[in-house]
Amino acid sequence: MKILVCISSVPDTTSKINFTDNNSKFDADGIQFVINPYDEFGLTKAIILKEQLQAIVTVITVGDSSVEPVMRKALAIGADNAIRVNLKAEDSYSTAKEISNYIKENPFDLIIAGKESSDYNGGVVPGIIADIVGIPFANACNGLSTDGSSAELSREIDGGIETLKINLPLIIGGQKGLVEESELRIPNMRGIMTARSKPLEVIEPNETTTTLTESILFEKPAQKKGCKMISSDNVSELVNDLHNVAKVI
Amino acid sequence: MSILVYAESWEGKFRKNTLEAISYAKQTSNIFQTDVKAVTCGKIDDIELNRLGEFGAKKVISYPNIIKSDGKAVASILQQEVEDAQIIIFSNTFNAKIIASRISSKLKAGLVTNVISYITNSSDICIKKQSFSSKAIETVRLKSNIGVLAISPNSFEIKNDSVDVEIEVKDQEIDSEIIILGKDINKGKISLSEAEVVVSAGRGLKAPENWGMIEELADTLGAATACSKPVSDMGWRPHSEHVGQTGKAIAPNLYIAIGISGAIQHLAGINSSKVMVAINTDPEAPFFKAADYGIIGDAFEVVPKLIEEFKNLKDN
Repeated sequence: MKILVCISSVPDTTSKINFTDNNSKFDADGIQFVINPYDEFGLTKAIILKEQLQAIVTVITVGDSSVEPVMRKALAIGADNAIRVNLKAEDSYSTAKEISNYIKENPFDLIIAGKESSDYNGGVVPGIIADIVGIPFANACNGLSTDGSSAELSREIDGGIETLKINLPLIIGGQKGLVEESELRIPNMRGIMTARSKPLEVIEPNETTTTLTESILFEKPAQKKGCKMISSDNVSELVNDLHNVAKVI
Repeated sequence: MSILVYAESWEGKFRKNTLEAISYAKQTSNIFQTDVKAVTCGKIDDIELNRLGEFGAKKVISYPNIIKSDGKAVASILQQEVEDAQIIIFSNTFNAKIIASRISSKLKAGLVTNVISYITNSSDICIKKQSFSSKAIETVRLKSNIGVLAISPNSFEIKNDSVDVEIEVKDQEIDSEIIILGKDINKGKISLSEAEVVVSAGRGLKAPENWGMIEELADTLGAATACSKPVSDMGWRPHSEHVGQTGKAIAPNLYIAIGISGAIQHLAGINSSKVMVAINTDPEAPFFKAADYGIIGDAFEVVPKLIEEFKNLKDN
């Protein structure tokens, strides 16, 4: 069984976000990059399937060389090899198109992406891959079991959970529940050592790949005016303010 | 030219986020000086289909035999209905995003999710969206002729704008690649992403058995319940309730945080809320810097008082 995990390199969740070039670009200065948290659940799930079903796990990222430390970390966690498409990921369509090109040349049984990346929050790359490659897609997947030919999985629908059976090949948008937080793998010393010698192949993007959207401006949300403190003996004042001043109840 | 909207249904009914999408489509159609066409999949009765006309849908096409959980089938239906549509509008639900991404790929149409602004210019289309888990607002320009938008819940008004609606039912069927084994629906509970009021609690509650008062407060307010990451990681509450950077991003009118310190990752997911209330024993809790109203106090004393006061308000 062959599994592909799509990984996005994103700012650490504790990062303060700033912009540069007249607020048109994300300012990566001083930012620590990590594996997108949703992809981390998917990667760990892939490593567990590797142990159960002798699967081969490949990770793929679309990005410039700055994403390689995050890819090495994925290798240290247990992926067998890594592919970097040498293109700065600028919109969902071009990113998905490049990953799809690779999948068409190198078919996989199971493709795991995150339900979204925690930076641009698009949440649509796996769906576009599903369309281009011509395979089923399950979004917001929070549980999966497979025997290598079909998968039973659960997914979040807004206001409930749906359980599905789908034949492989299949692509999912994963999230917590695929594995639990406590099951997440962190690289050990042996993993870090072996990761250095695992193959990380760089492939060039297709010249015909185009983008369909462009980011032109980033703004910070408006700052709050300040917090009105209310005594715990005077809860009725809060209720009154919410009803009569803020008018939200 | 037209504005196409995918009217997602839920157990045969249209929910608030679908009506928001119809109203958004109507507003967009005014900019493009055209009409709104809505497409729905799954069994929905005539009365419900007619409701879409109240919010501005001129034409409603219903496909009762298409399984709405099968994104591939729904996307191919939308492709055959697209005609000369310039903008295709979705809610920002998990299901709709499956369909939106597939249709975007089929039409090579630029796709923007988490949309929080209207289109104001029909020739150079720029849209604002939530980005970096609500830590930033990003303006995106479409480079394609057709645009696909998924609009954020609780961000747009539902406006009555009644038009004479024409309804057409098509009995087309499509073989599905997926088998639905089961569904577990949160019956009678409002979905977290759509809720106007959210009551959320964290480690300050000390143990999962203490959530009774949180649920009672939520019931009193007609609110959804949510929780912080540690609480969901410890299994005190289901993952689906986790709000924050690695959980859900929400934008209710009122967010009440009880026993949540307000780490940057938590605030990222909820700072689009219109009004935020923090209740915490620690006067140094970062939440007090982000909230509109704060109470320094023990949840076990404050929450019962709040329930009583809200009940009084309701009774009067």
